[in-house]
Amino acid sequence: MKGHRLLIAVLLVAVLVTSACAAPAPATPAKPLRVAVIMPSAMTDMAFSQSMYQALLTVQKDLGGPSAMEIKYTENLFNVPDVPPALRDYASQGFDIVIAHGSQYGSSVQDVAKDFPKTTFAWGTDVNTFGMPNIYAYTAAAEEGGYVNGVLAAKLTKTKQIGVTGPVEVGDAKTYIDGFTQGVASVDPSIKVNKTWTGSFSDVALMTEAAKTHIAAGADALTGSSQSVVGSIGAAKDKGSILWFGTQSDQATLAPNLVVASQVYDWTSILKDMINNRKAGKLGGDIFTLHLKNGGLKIVYNSGYALPADAKAAGDKAIAGITDGSIKVQP
Amino acid sequence: MKELGTLAIIIGILTSAVRLATPYLYAAIGEAFGQTSGVVNLGVDGIMLVSGYAAFFVALNTGNLWLALLMAIVVGLAMGGLMSFISVTLKAEQGISGIGLYMFGLGLSSLLFKVTIGTVKTIQGFPGLKIPLLGDIPGLGPIFFQQSLLVYGAFLLVPLAWFVLDKTTLGLKIKAVGQNPAAADSLGVSVNGIRYLSVCLGGALAGLAGASLSISLLNLFQENMTAGMGFIAVALVYFGGWKPVGIMLGALLFSTVNAFQLWMQVLGVPIPSDVAVMLPYLLTIAALAFTMNRARQPSALNLPFERGTN
Repeated sequence: MKGHRLLIAVLLVAVLVTSACAAPAPATPAKPLRVAVIMPSAMTDMAFSQSMYQALLTVQKDLGGPSAMEIKYTENLFNVPDVPPALRDYASQGFDIVIAHGSQYGSSVQDVAKDFPKTTFAWGTDVNTFGMPNIYAYTAAAEEGGYVNGVLAAKLTKTKQIGVTGPVEVGDAKTYIDGFTQGVASVDPSIKVNKTWTGSFSDVALMTEAAKTHIAAGADALTGSSQSVVGSIGAAKDKGSILWFGTQSDQATLAPNLVVASQVYDWTSILKDMINNRKAGKLGGDIFTLHLKNGGLKIVYNSGYALPADAKAAGDKAIAGITDGSIKVQP
Repeated sequence: MKELGTLAIIIGILTSAVRLATPYLYAAIGEAFGQTSGVVNLGVDGIMLVSGYAAFFVALNTGNLWLALLMAIVVGLAMGGLMSFISVTLKAEQGISGIGLYMFGLGLSSLLFKVTIGTVKTIQGFPGLKIPLLGDIPGLGPIFFQQSLLVYGAFLLVPLAWFVLDKTTLGLKIKAVGQNPAAADSLGVSVNGIRYLSVCLGGALAGLAGASLSISLLNLFQENMTAGMGFIAVALVYFGGWKPVGIMLGALLFSTVNAFQLWMQVLGVPIPSDVAVMLPYLLTIAALAFTMNRARQPSALNLPFERGTN
């Protein structure tokens, strides 16, 4: 009984403390812009979440540091049921922009945004604002960089077999790989691109084994999207001569000799557009897309890998073709 | 489809399976010791995470893999000690305290990782070790005798655990306190002492399971990298009927089906990947349902011991 009473006391104190914090502060013009983001994986994942967090930091710096823009984040929020409370929490704390950085967060955003018409919500990767005036959607034309990586991989593979690994076949993971496959086929349609999906964002062991399976089956180049890539890179590193093509973030530091190039997402311009729109009184309603053309997507060649000149030329040609519209990549 | 039957692919599947089974073997055999003595520890996954982190941290900073391994064992022992203290001395409900230990381990390993390492890094872990002569046997060589040291360790643990449990006085005592603690107590066996020992041993082995991931199989650490392996390990103990050999068969069944589904995907067998990913779990549940023998369960499982009450 004593234990129970203590527990109740602790809970009461906790409730008091948290509700005190949650009270919305009066908005004054001098207050910094407050941005909150929830991410499905760790902000240091070298992939999806990290790309967003880095962009936020860049924007913060450009706007004048923490006094001009406050950033709060929640990471590793892969459980969708936990998302609506987290969004509500940030919105009721008076955050100006609440970003739900995950394609699985859509219905949560749609639900919560109704109750906070003065808050800007942004979510991605997707192209659906649910017709609401305070929701922005953003996405990346991941197929474009996928195509370029595919061209490079096709130029470099000797076994004519390439392995693709990923957690689930949705969102930009799918479009990246679709673009990749088209890029490979544009160079040599006889090259086989085999795919495995592990169904888990956190099971690194299975992801690694998937990569090892590709290698055992004869692949000499690997790519994949989303957080579990580190496992695949580990497997490639073990073998020494396997090449890796990155996406979402620059992954060269994970295996400096093996990473050929990475498609890097740069959300900075999109975030700035949202902030400027909001200042001008437009809380949402637009869809933003990262392209090679608008600089939101970049192909970063790894300086540590000696890329043959003809492969680089083919890669640059693909970038130029996509930018000027002469190459059309189907998402 | 016919490609699935070729020898090279069968060897590929089995090589993967032996690798994938390794962490499960350490963790499940450790758990079997604890459960045989009457303590269910659901915190295995948490121990694996903290030990996996500790081993990785030491390996990253000192480059000494043996020191890293030792650290994983020490951390596992400590967490096993914590579990014993809570469930044996304080007599807390085992299921709940195990889940608590899991969450503690998950949180602690994530926090420490963030504070001390912060980003994804890789290390040079235990390399593959080809055993002379045996490693050259066609077929069997690559499957069993060209693996890393910790993989051999996991499979050597099976006969060792069987020997300890079935052929030594200590094993007899562990079983006695799990079956009938009052009788064991009346014969002068320290029930709580044996339970402490068993749960700590289980913790140390869970620690090795974590290390086998972070410094041997994957050579990296990520938050929640075990992805629930510890819970599968607990299930494998039931599956194996609290016997090391049974546990090994269960672990191999699970890992073989997992390796098989990866190969099916690589070879482009036209089934949805979601179904493929479900296969190992479905088959394990099915096998569990058909083979489960509750009669073998230690009768004092989950029951704290108090003199004169049970």
